[in-house]
Amino acid sequence: MIKFTKFNLCALILGFSFLYIPIVLLIIFSFNESKLVTVWAGFSTKWYTELFNNQSIKDATWVTIQVAFISSTVATFLGTIAGIVITRFGSFKGRTLFSGMIYAPMVVPEVIIGLSLLLTFVALTIDRGIFTVTLAHITFSMCYVAVVVQSRMSSYDDSITEAALDLGCTPLKTFFVVTLPIIMPAVVSGWLLSFTLSLDDLVIASFTSGPGATTLPMKIYSMVRLGVTPEINAVSTILIGLVSIGVVSAAMINKYQKQKEYVQS
Amino acid sequence: MLSKYIFNGRNAVIAVPYIWLLILFLFPFLIVLKISFAEPIIAIPPFSSFFHWDGSFWPTIQASFYNYVFILEDSLYLNAYLSSLKIALISTLITLVIGYAIAYSITKAPTRWKGLLLLMVILPFWTSFLIRVYAWIGILKTEGLLNLMLLSLGITDQPLTIMNTNLAVYIGIVYSYLPFMILPIYANIEKMDGSLIEAAADLGCRPFKTFWKITIPLSIPGILAGCFLVFIPAVGEFVIPDLLGGTETLMIGKVLWIEFFSNRDWPLASAVAVILLAMLILPIMYYQKSQEKAIS
Repeated sequence: MIKFTKFNLCALILGFSFLYIPIVLLIIFSFNESKLVTVWAGFSTKWYTELFNNQSIKDATWVTIQVAFISSTVATFLGTIAGIVITRFGSFKGRTLFSGMIYAPMVVPEVIIGLSLLLTFVALTIDRGIFTVTLAHITFSMCYVAVVVQSRMSSYDDSITEAALDLGCTPLKTFFVVTLPIIMPAVVSGWLLSFTLSLDDLVIASFTSGPGATTLPMKIYSMVRLGVTPEINAVSTILIGLVSIGVVSAAMINKYQKQKEYVQS
Repeated sequence: MLSKYIFNGRNAVIAVPYIWLLILFLFPFLIVLKISFAEPIIAIPPFSSFFHWDGSFWPTIQASFYNYVFILEDSLYLNAYLSSLKIALISTLITLVIGYAIAYSITKAPTRWKGLLLLMVILPFWTSFLIRVYAWIGILKTEGLLNLMLLSLGITDQPLTIMNTNLAVYIGIVYSYLPFMILPIYANIEKMDGSLIEAAADLGCRPFKTFWKITIPLSIPGILAGCFLVFIPAVGEFVIPDLLGGTETLMIGKVLWIEFFSNRDWPLASAVAVILLAMLILPIMYYQKSQEKAIS
């Protein structure tokens, strides 16, 4: 076994400092009394109070939560099917195009996806608003779900499914009774990932949204353009807190599940 | 026979996500391609139509290469494409060096730490991109925290101008995309056959040479996956050059955004997007192929 050297320790300390110092500073300055983000003038929660009195932020939050909830749920449904199709359906007509459409949205620049969806909605004369943002978010989120589900599917033992089918279980029932419970952790992480992707998206939402459907990232972006304020730090801190709770609890569920599987086997 | 083919359960399952992606991912690209051949007009929607029906059954197609000629003749666009490629390439290489050092060190960390360290890499990846870019504004600007620290430690006597320069854009891209580099490289090194490294060590190869001759060549699939995940989206990046870059920063994602939102020239924005996609199609296809190979 190769040792963990001083170089490795330094790389980890420097690397994680680089990743975390900006976030930590952002959080600290959300509790700053002063309006200046760089001068510390004492602890205060007044920016949070101001935030809760800001109607446009509250409206944007509500829009974002609706979009994120609906889009992640539909994306999980479509993405799970897509992940299973890619790993278990062997070859079929148009498979290369299908896998291309699954992997490409993860790397194609967001401005291109946003522009193309907007022009499509205009061509189909669909009014832009919450509905179109939701459609756009489902489309890119389902690809991430498909990849998460696919990586879980490729490590699972197919003989269990075959056993169920041999014993006369219908394919649909086999899916719900055998496959789904096994891949459930991946499906749940896929849902959480879609939810945060939707919560974070600025570029695609800016293109596909219409009047009256300003999402929280769009609102934050327009505030940032006007200047750095502790209020933005406060709303960012709340978002970071929520996402961290989600990610950490998902990791713990996963760990618990693995331990359970280990005990059972 | 036909109905059996259509109502076959297997095909129905494939069809649901397939049709969704055809309508909302592939079809939109064709629309962009179509509109890139239109001319801007003052109307809603602001472009001329592609098909003209003049009584006969087949429409006549009215395509204009005006936008493409305009882009190729104006050096602004050409420079924006080249400078985007340059910025993305340099940031990818910096991200690779930092990301590799972190990923490699995590694989060598004691097993009980690994879970926590990985979680710490994933956490920023899940945190809003916009917020993470915003966090750097307070650090990098002239009266920001970095200059405050450097001045008070006496390292510099003049505040450094980093904000609104290309350096700020590099920092922003490396910072934002670092987890995308670490995760595939980590996954690759982690499943590497350790016996090869032990064999090299047993035969008297020094640790640094072993790393250079064995670990790095074996981890090339992970390196490539990470580089594509950083490079391709970075070429079309909008948020980072917009918030951290300055007037000298010329990136095509921002040009597209301005053409669309400020100048409302939809056909020109579409042509910019078509050329950008044409530039990136080879790396995208290569990335897809490598992902396909990874599952099988």
